[in-house]
Amino acid sequence: MAPVAPRSGDVIFANVERVNAELFTLTYGAIVRQLLTDLEEVDEVNKQLDQMGYNIGVRLIDEFLAKSNVSRCVDFKETAEVIAKVGLKMFLGITATVTNWDVEGTTCSLILEDNPLVDFVELPDTCQGLNYCNILSGVVRGALEMVSMKTEVTWLRDMLRGDDAFELQLKLLKQVPEEYPYKDDE
Amino acid sequence: MISVGKIKQYTNVLERPLSKGKQEVSLSAFAFLFSELVQYNQTQVDNITELERRLEDAGYAVGARILELLCHREKGNRRETRLLGILSFVHSTVWKVLFGKVADSLEKGTEHEDEYMISEKELLVNRFISIPKDMGAFNCGAFVAGIVRGVLENAGFPAVVTAHFVPVEGQHRPRTTILIKFAEEVLRREATLG
Repeated sequence: MAPVAPRSGDVIFANVERVNAELFTLTYGAIVRQLLTDLEEVDEVNKQLDQMGYNIGVRLIDEFLAKSNVSRCVDFKETAEVIAKVGLKMFLGITATVTNWDVEGTTCSLILEDNPLVDFVELPDTCQGLNYCNILSGVVRGALEMVSMKTEVTWLRDMLRGDDAFELQLKLLKQVPEEYPYKDDE
Repeated sequence: MISVGKIKQYTNVLERPLSKGKQEVSLSAFAFLFSELVQYNQTQVDNITELERRLEDAGYAVGARILELLCHREKGNRRETRLLGILSFVHSTVWKVLFGKVADSLEKGTEHEDEYMISEKELLVNRFISIPKDMGAFNCGAFVAGIVRGVLENAGFPAVVTAHFVPVEGQHRPRTTILIKFAEEVLRREATLG
């Protein structure tokens, strides 16, 4: 059987069921507010958001692979491009530019061209340390871990904190060899 | 699509142009997020009632904001002041913006004067939710009940709003009914207004 051609992010996004981004934005806002009330410490909220994102990422990768027909990426550069142009597009309807590669080709930045998480949002003085979009970095980390890549994903620039863009840094820590068939314990 | 260079430096949220609300994200993205909201809240409670209350609180925050947004964007800074007006605003305008469709039905309760019901065959938030047996009558629609309460209360119509599964004949899945019970003062005011 001939391999199925990968589909572009635009095509996938046009064909999946969609909801109003405002429902998504406001629901996310409600989550962040709940966490701030429950956990009190901004650092704890950052951690929890990252954890939630990670949980999402490990589940979301299945849908991504099923719908995108993307096959194994040859290198991390391709991986980053696929996240920026296909992954972000098919779930959030946005794309990103990949830039700032280091010489080894293991660290780069995604500059988001739009960010549906932050509509209507302003950080009050008490929450200046909050990485409001930390869920997204968690998602990327979780999803990549499911395809054998241990990564560190951090926000370098955040417009809510006064920067001029949303810049997400992806750092490939190591490629985990696939374990086969399964681990016996754990 | 805005290109990178054109994104304005936003200093004040109120100075940004208000979006037209046409942007979309995938349903999966919302479903994943909502699932995390439910799972997180499960870790914070001991029982179903408490869980529903927390989901309702989260929804309330959304409702309060959506009211403000829609009154500004869709209604020229006016809001409904009469009972039927606000109910149809919830059933039509709010539902359409949030869920992409008008709610399936809006009915007046038959037994009590102060009760109204909005029903939905397949409530968006319940699409990918199945309730484990040991969680009884728990309904994630509590989040939507919260949204409705948030809209109503902030428009000056305090009410108790709850979400219930109602079995439908010939259907595998029950529909969700959002039951609205208005506070006494609301009905008194309506009566005075005539």
